Amino acid sequence: MSQAILDWSLLAAQLMLGVGMLATLYRMVRGPRAQDRILALDALYVVGLLLLVTLGIRTGSQIYFELAMLIGLLGFVGTVALAKFLMRGEVIE
Amino acid sequence: MIDELPLWLSILVSVCVVLGAGLTMAGCLGLVRFPDFYRRIHAPTMGTSMGGGLILVASAIFFTVTQQRLVIHEMVIFLFVTVTTPVTLMLLARATLFRDRIEEARDTPPSDAPKD
Repeated sequence: MSQAILDWSLLAAQLMLGVGMLATLYRMVRGPRAQDRILALDALYVVGLLLLVTLGIRTGSQIYFELAMLIGLLGFVGTVALAKFLMRGEVIE
Repeated sequence: MIDELPLWLSILVSVCVVLGAGLTMAGCLGLVRFPDFYRRIHAPTMGTSMGGGLILVASAIFFTVTQQRLVIHEMVIFLFVTVTTPVTLMLLARATLFRDRIEEARDTPPSDAPKD
């Protein structure tokens, strides 16, 4: 009973996160300018991180936590580098 | 590990996860629906603050109860995302403002600096 409640709500949460990922993908493909695409990429990696955390709750393993942590670290560096590129035209001066 | 999930645990985790996912989805839909970049940049922060916080708290509670020890390393992700999101978004907004001012786009927000 309680396992069923958890499974169904995790499924609902994963579907909602999937809809969110589709929305950010739409903005990344359509986005009129470069900054819209970078913003959508930033939102996309946060949603992917949360999707991995819900997957970890579903399977009951801790491995997904490390993947989520890695996405968080690398996504931050990537977005900062892209914003710097928009500002200056090069990443490392 | 424990054999049977208690009912209160599954209800608590379910409510947290569904609320968090709903908030994140609302933020991402805002990213699609708002009309211009300066409005759009506010939307996905719903996912990084409250939405992500609720999902990570749910994960921490779940693993604390099922493994019968204190598991709070999800809070590391939450802290990191909370600290870095304002930094990246302010950098991005400043870069956008810089580009718009160079191109003298029509709906660029005005500058705070006094004109002389």
